Amino acid sequence: MGELNMKNKEWESTKGLREPIKAIEDKWKLVPSFLQVKGLVKQHIDSFNYFINVEIKKIVQANEKVFCDADPLFYIKYLNAYVGTPDLEEGFNVTKPTTPHECRLRDMTYSAPITVDIEYIRGNQRVIKNKQLIGRMPLMLRSSNCVLTNKSDFELAQLNECPHDPGGYFIIRGQEKVILIQEQLSRNRMIVDEFKGAIQCQVTSSTHEKKTRTNVIVKNGKYVLRHNALSDDIPIAVAFKAMGICSDQEIMQLIGSDDNTVKKMAPCIMDCHNLKIFTQNQALAYIGSKLKVKRFQTVNSKCRTPVDEARDLLATTILAHVTVENYNFYVKAIYLAIMVKRVIEAESNKAAIDDPDYYGNKRLELAGSLLSLMFEDLFKRFNWELKSIAEKIIPKVKAAPFDVVKHMRPDLIANGLFAAISTGNWTIKRFKMERHGVTQVLSRLSYISALGMMTRVNSQFEKTRKVSGPRSLQPSQWGMLCPSDTPEGEGCGLVKNLALMTHITTECSEDPIARLACNAGVEDVRLLGGEEINHPAVYIVFLNGNILGVSRQYKRLIRVFRMFRRRGLISAFVSIYPNHNQRTVYICSDGGRLCRPYIIVEKGCPLVQQIHINELNRGIRKFQDFLTDGLIEYLDVNEENDSHIATVEAEIDPYVTTHLEIEPFTILGVCAGLVPYPHHNQSPRNTYQCAMGKQAMGTIGYNQKNRIDTLMYNLVYPQCPMVKTKTIELTNFDKLPAGQNATVAVMSYSGYDIEDALILNQASIDRGYGRCLVYKSAKTTMKRYSNQTSDRICGPSRDASTGKVIRAHDLLDADGIAAPGEMVENRQVLINKQMPIATLTPVPQGQPQQVEYKEVPITYKGAVESYIEKVMVSSNSEDALLIKILLRQTRVPEIGDKFSSRHGQKGVTGLIVQQEDMPFNDRGICPDMIMNPHGFPSRMTVGKTIELLAGKAGLMEGKFHYGTAFGGSKVTDVCKELEKHGYNYHGKDIFYSGLTGELLEAYIYSGPVYYQKLKHMVQDKMHARARGPRAVLTRQPTEGRSRDGGLRLGEMERDCLIGYGASMLLMERLMLASDAFSADICGACGRLASRAWCHACRSSAAVSTVDMPYACKLLFQELASMNIVPKLTLKKYS
Amino acid sequence: MSKYNISAMSKLEEKPRVFLEEFRVKNAPNDYGFADEKWSFKKFTKKFRIIIVRMNDFEMEFDLIGIQPAFANAFRRLMLSEVPSMAIEKVAIRNNTSIIQDEVLAHRLGLIPLKADPRLFEYRAKDSTEGTEFDTLEFSLKVKCTNNKTQIKDSYRPEDLYENHCVYSSQIKWHPIGNQASVHKEIDVGPVHGDILISKMRPGHELDLHLVAVKGIGSDHAKFSPVATASYRLLPEIILTREVTGSDAKLLQTCFSPGVIDIDSNGRAFVKDARYDVCSRNVYKYDEIKDAVVLSRIRDHFIFTVESVGAMSPDVIFSEAVKILRDKCKCLLEELNTL
Repeated sequence: MGELNMKNKEWESTKGLREPIKAIEDKWKLVPSFLQVKGLVKQHIDSFNYFINVEIKKIVQANEKVFCDADPLFYIKYLNAYVGTPDLEEGFNVTKPTTPHECRLRDMTYSAPITVDIEYIRGNQRVIKNKQLIGRMPLMLRSSNCVLTNKSDFELAQLNECPHDPGGYFIIRGQEKVILIQEQLSRNRMIVDEFKGAIQCQVTSSTHEKKTRTNVIVKNGKYVLRHNALSDDIPIAVAFKAMGICSDQEIMQLIGSDDNTVKKMAPCIMDCHNLKIFTQNQALAYIGSKLKVKRFQTVNSKCRTPVDEARDLLATTILAHVTVENYNFYVKAIYLAIMVKRVIEAESNKAAIDDPDYYGNKRLELAGSLLSLMFEDLFKRFNWELKSIAEKIIPKVKAAPFDVVKHMRPDLIANGLFAAISTGNWTIKRFKMERHGVTQVLSRLSYISALGMMTRVNSQFEKTRKVSGPRSLQPSQWGMLCPSDTPEGEGCGLVKNLALMTHITTECSEDPIARLACNAGVEDVRLLGGEEINHPAVYIVFLNGNILGVSRQYKRLIRVFRMFRRRGLISAFVSIYPNHNQRTVYICSDGGRLCRPYIIVEKGCPLVQQIHINELNRGIRKFQDFLTDGLIEYLDVNEENDSHIATVEAEIDPYVTTHLEIEPFTILGVCAGLVPYPHHNQSPRNTYQCAMGKQAMGTIGYNQKNRIDTLMYNLVYPQCPMVKTKTIELTNFDKLPAGQNATVAVMSYSGYDIEDALILNQASIDRGYGRCLVYKSAKTTMKRYSNQTSDRICGPSRDASTGKVIRAHDLLDADGIAAPGEMVENRQVLINKQMPIATLTPVPQGQPQQVEYKEVPITYKGAVESYIEKVMVSSNSEDALLIKILLRQTRVPEIGDKFSSRHGQKGVTGLIVQQEDMPFNDRGICPDMIMNPHGFPSRMTVGKTIELLAGKAGLMEGKFHYGTAFGGSKVTDVCKELEKHGYNYHGKDIFYSGLTGELLEAYIYSGPVYYQKLKHMVQDKMHARARGPRAVLTRQPTEGRSRDGGLRLGEMERDCLIGYGASMLLMERLMLASDAFSADICGACGRLASRAWCHACRSSAAVSTVDMPYACKLLFQELASMNIVPKLTLKKYS
Repeated sequence: MSKYNISAMSKLEEKPRVFLEEFRVKNAPNDYGFADEKWSFKKFTKKFRIIIVRMNDFEMEFDLIGIQPAFANAFRRLMLSEVPSMAIEKVAIRNNTSIIQDEVLAHRLGLIPLKADPRLFEYRAKDSTEGTEFDTLEFSLKVKCTNNKTQIKDSYRPEDLYENHCVYSSQIKWHPIGNQASVHKEIDVGPVHGDILISKMRPGHELDLHLVAVKGIGSDHAKFSPVATASYRLLPEIILTREVTGSDAKLLQTCFSPGVIDIDSNGRAFVKDARYDVCSRNVYKYDEIKDAVVLSRIRDHFIFTVESVGAMSPDVIFSEAVKILRDKCKCLLEELNTL
């Protein structure tokens, strides 16, 4: 690096071109400024806001009219649609505003009413009704309609909400649900790929109505068109003729008239001649004959000829996104020609094949777009239902005129949306889409796990397939997706996480862009012939995958567009970039593209100057100002590829550099951002930490004491790490930490530290290190049944003889619910609930007292006692009584508890040592933790050693050091600081053995390292059993800890015993200790006898008792039930 | 040994040393450790010395010279874990509406050091449920946070808005049992420090606790340890093997703690006082002066530092530790005699 700089300087001085660019100080402050505007989950919220404010209106408008076959005059017209503010329905038509926290506690859904203004016919009158409720929309927290938006920290606290909670999720029936970001190939784009050795060009067209896939493929050296709606491939020339390009010359001109193309196209043209297709009608007839036979013929289709159908198909289904007006197929023909051209190009030039893993070809679907698909589907069903009701009722003569409003049930849309989000099953009938696992329960294990979930990107690939392409890190993911944060195992590389500064675009309107393009010299393609379109001087301009026109001065076009964008005259998220091989210019304004802000560099000078940053520091400049002043712009993946981006100022080359990175650490995501000095670690270690950071306990939010979650882990004394990173501050991890700074000595001790085990200091534990709180909740509802009976709670039962409350009911108050503050032991009753025995048969009238009840108490299970933190009594959405009890345990670290540093170095506690036995140094410091040095050489986590050093220096200085990726405090500086305070510059101290009192021979590397306590604790895992429950069917011991199961002697263990010849042991383990059974067998017929009597032989003479596994007896009986008679031959044992 | 060919060699021979080399600690070549040495009481009494360097109520530094590390370490270990002290062991929670959980609150209270002199108390029998005046101290903590009635206008500081929004250890009240009131004074039993924050509260929060303190030892729980820490270090010794002058002397000076190396009027460095050197071994970083020093520590010169938590003065703690060791030895001898 030093050498390089030297060279640079030399070059500069000789050329005398410019002054070396000074690094802009505090440039990173743009990042918090960016996050302040956008927040950490801006992509979700932006997308949802767009949906509820814009897209829902568009959807309603697109389906604005509902007609009725029964009455030609009847219609409903939707004028407008709105999503309201969150409320709860309390009784009939009574609503009350609500807060997210109330919904969480009361198992409600945080949703807002969807209302529409409609115009419809009632009787013979035209009626306009405003604010008609048609459904309910689950609201995303912190979206524009949420009560939490634009609230101060104080107001949020009053709403019981944590100010650091990112929002971006939904609350459905009390559960927090996240709609994961879904990654998919972009639609309406040509993608050339190789499929089984053949080149094909594929377009997945998607419009509001249809989603179809069109292929142009090479088949036997000829080009054919393939589509799902066609039973057979169509020769490409026939397709052109069907589109009205009848002369062969015209076809060739559209595709290209160079020799190679002509040669390749000749067989196709010949094919067409052989089929004797010369006119458009002939071609349409040919296509008509290849149509897939429709199973259900509607009234309309019966009276139509195949030619009409083929024409329709061509217009609306094949390449559906290219709109056809008045059956003028010219634009579509050009589009098809370009597809053919791409295939021809790719045949001779493999480089022209698109990479499907390239991120420019990907689009991310967010909550907004997924919900809009779901809503449109439900809305269409809603309208269809209205229509069918109208058709049913209108013909009947009634006293009152038919009022459609009375038949608008909001349940359909509400329940559809709720069910989709709560199950994660996205079934959209009109696209034949069926997706599972779209939503997940927001993990609240730690703040970071919740935040990490909001940035997760799920890809559509099957997880079980062993493919490397989509899993490997793509260079185009740079800066967009975190290179470290991905799970291990099946989801590796398929589940990704967004980087810190990534923004996902929302759709913006095409019309002004198209107009601007025309003004900038794009000529409409409809006015041009094939020769002109394919002229080498001309670039074809695409807008969102559709042909817009051609341009002779593409450079000017691009310059104009970028200038307009920087001036803020068009949306900042419109991207424009050329493709020189294809001689095209692409303009994109669609949603779901990944983009990220960059500093613009002009003439080798970054436009963001020190004054701007100073203004930012003084608070008179915001991130938005940088955008509007044209100092910073967003680049999407494709445009990024057309730019020269310098990572640091020193790399700027005045001739080529166009942009400058804001701050390199932003290429990492939220989870990887916690790691100090990640650039010093072996890469998989950072990946491991990303997974483990989500299991660390600590704090989950300022409102954690108010939450009643099924499971919550908290640390008693969480600490901010000594070595911070910029990301830690940006994500507020320092305010909601999950871990503690432990003084670590890197040495071996006692042999209980092998295999990454840790040694803990008992005194540190006594003083509160690693102490955690585990909250669990018990919950029940008092249901009402159809026969007018309902559940009830009873007070504590008393022993009949002594009159004392029975032990199981000791905790219960007079109301039958356990009291807060009480200690709960195993099998004690928390809620003494009773349920009527008969819930279906109606109770005889007049004697309601005679309802019989059975006990269904909510009991506590667990070997270790808990304390009742609080009890909540409320009602849920069904108006049933809801009782939640929060139970608390305080846990102290014990042998077997899992800890991990922030470098993917996990370990369990191997031994807890008294303080006096711990080694100590000159200053009398005993380490809290001893870590075995063998953890370092193979893991190569140099970052951890630097963290220790920087942490130690920070302690001395009384400040936090920074271990920010690609930056942070330098080792030499840190060492100097240590030296200044009288510590060894290596960080190694002299230690005395606590056992012998003598000096240890080696100097010990010691200092503070941030350790996380992971949720895996022995107390939840330890299990042993001697005797216990058995499964009913097989009489074998049950399986699993939760059922107090046995420990299985498995196949491999069995093999060992067989190999050893320990037959008696085998017999004992496999039969006697499991499911031994004395069966009566008739020696005469060999069948099972019952109670020493053979039913077949009608005698008990030959019956003898045989010990066998019960499973064996069961097998015989099962076989017998299938008419197979297993027989045993008995012999005297001599 | 030729490596350390120095004039002060004769001095070297007298005291047992360990050398601090660049990468490891090494015994003197013909020193096989104390395990091989024959113990002679005469020799011991001749050599053994205790020098108290500084002392106050909370901290003491003293030298133990001419003793085997096993003994020094034994005293250290005993002070840490076996010298008893009083600490809050049981907390009866009558009411706790603050945000701190009962268990955590009890844990925090347990760690508060008490002034009560453990020598005046007995260990509480394991199975006893009721404490007596000889083995138990009882306290209570009853605090309620309320809105401040005399509110200062426009102030949003919690100390102006609320009363009792912070619970400090000084609010713990002693309740003498039996004859305790005449034996002990209130000032002698309560918390050592009155400014230990126990909990923060807001109006409506209330604590009503009954605290029971008993005598215990550090190996049972760190809260019973009478010392914040007790540890020792060996006396450092720095020997210059050659003349170091000029800038090297300055450099040498910076490699050690302030006051360890001084420079005379000729610009020559000399060792002024090695005692307070922290043995950072940073000389080894510089090749030019690396060879000019021999770092070592006197193996039988222990500089003890005892930091009392406050119940007993550090000298008492040390003598208690000695007594415990004596009793243990006696006990062992008795056991041996009965064999």
